[in-house]
Amino acid sequence: MTDYNGYIATETIEGADDGPLAGRTVAVKDNISTEGVQTTCGSAMLEGYVPPYDATVVERLKEAGATIPGKTNMDEFGMGTTTETSAYGPVENPVAEGRVPGGSSGGSAAVVAAGDADMALGSDTGGSIRCPAAFCGVVGIKPTYGLVSRYGLVAYANSLEQIGPIAPSVEEAAELLEVVAGPDERDGTTRDASEKVESYEFADAADGDVDGLSIGVPTELLDGADEQVVETFWDAMADLESQGATYHEVDLPSVEHAVEAYYVIAMSEASSNLARFDGVRYGQSGGYEGNWNESFANAREEGFGEEVKRRVLLGTYALSAGYHDKYYKKAQDARAWVKQDFDEALSEADVLASPTMPVPPMKRGESLDDPLTMYLADANTTPVNLANLPAISVPAGETDDGLPVGLQLVGPAFGERTIIRAGSALA
Amino acid sequence: MSDNAVEPSEVRHIADLARIDLDDDEVERFTEQFGEILAAFEALDEVPETEREADLANVMRPDEVRESLSQEEALQNAPESEAGQFKGPKVS
Repeated sequence: MTDYNGYIATETIEGADDGPLAGRTVAVKDNISTEGVQTTCGSAMLEGYVPPYDATVVERLKEAGATIPGKTNMDEFGMGTTTETSAYGPVENPVAEGRVPGGSSGGSAAVVAAGDADMALGSDTGGSIRCPAAFCGVVGIKPTYGLVSRYGLVAYANSLEQIGPIAPSVEEAAELLEVVAGPDERDGTTRDASEKVESYEFADAADGDVDGLSIGVPTELLDGADEQVVETFWDAMADLESQGATYHEVDLPSVEHAVEAYYVIAMSEASSNLARFDGVRYGQSGGYEGNWNESFANAREEGFGEEVKRRVLLGTYALSAGYHDKYYKKAQDARAWVKQDFDEALSEADVLASPTMPVPPMKRGESLDDPLTMYLADANTTPVNLANLPAISVPAGETDDGLPVGLQLVGPAFGERTIIRAGSALA
Repeated sequence: MSDNAVEPSEVRHIADLARIDLDDDEVERFTEQFGEILAAFEALDEVPETEREADLANVMRPDEVRESLSQEEALQNAPESEAGQFKGPKVS
């Protein structure tokens, strides 16, 4: 185990003797199913739950020869930006004392940043790979929706989430992506991208060549960001410019509404997805006496933490009679608008750049009582999930206090090679 | 802001729909927080109606019998089972 609480469990899973990842350790977020090894999603509801099958990405890791050193700690069911909502205790940031590691894949980023695992898998519904990568000073990739199979990923918001890699360098993240990417007949939302991408080979794109790269900078994603974060961002941009890239400002008016749209959609999907936790097929039983519904309500009162209850309730509200058109339908309009805006901006730029997070890592404990402020911190990451696009977070530098700052690069659908190449010029 | 005020009774009603029991402290906290969060969601009113271009294709496969979990595996995580079935609370 680690002194920053990065793992929920450290049962080792051995992979094949040979393969591209032989001899390397890849930690796996605890919402990704591992056959015979407890998978809790950071929730008391699933304490003791042992999946009878492997997620497709875990099968692929094993075939590639990776050793899985443990299941990483996370915000409960992926719901959080700080990895403080886990039923197994918060994760501390191993590179910034007293600060959160970001979330929800905080354990995955922390074990990589601390050198306790070579690489890790996280999942990203609204920034859950990129945020902790940025806060822990490592690299994280959120793939295009449909590039990586979600079979065996315990669902939070299906239409938004992807599994992706976290690693110390862009090249290593690309190597891991190469292993887990590709269509899967068990996930009908995966796409055979062979026609869209040059190949499923990503590692060789990490050649650092940004000569002639055109970068768009959405001004909306800099407005309101922390001054030192913005300063660090522009220093990194100057670095890219000195290596031959050019940049221009772009307008994405729709992103002003993205974070609200994201939360309405994610909470609505969560309210449906988490209905399965009734304490009968798995989970903690609510007892066998009395009324069926009371028994379920009791299991869910006991098993879910406060942030999960908050999101399931708000999602239930947004979908309830009389409010569906006001919230859910409007959020879907916003999602379509965000997609259009990104497509337009990416028709005149190879990638779009912004700070990954508008703020440096928060102090531990200060976000829990103020959910709205925590939600708003996802302003720069959530638009990418709404638009189904790929994005990478690479270390951009540090604030004066030595806090890590991440730079996010967003590419066109299945443009993983483009963002990997661009990101590799910095890390 | 008064337009967005949420009543404790509404929080209890939604919790009932979502099948989650809440204690009084949770109801109090959620009542206040939901008012604030829903007020922020109001910004979606400004979003123009946008055409959603569907780039979707149905994914089909033949409905054939294939390997699946055994009954034992499917039941292994149930808190209680009886005669090869999940055991739940009584209905009625």
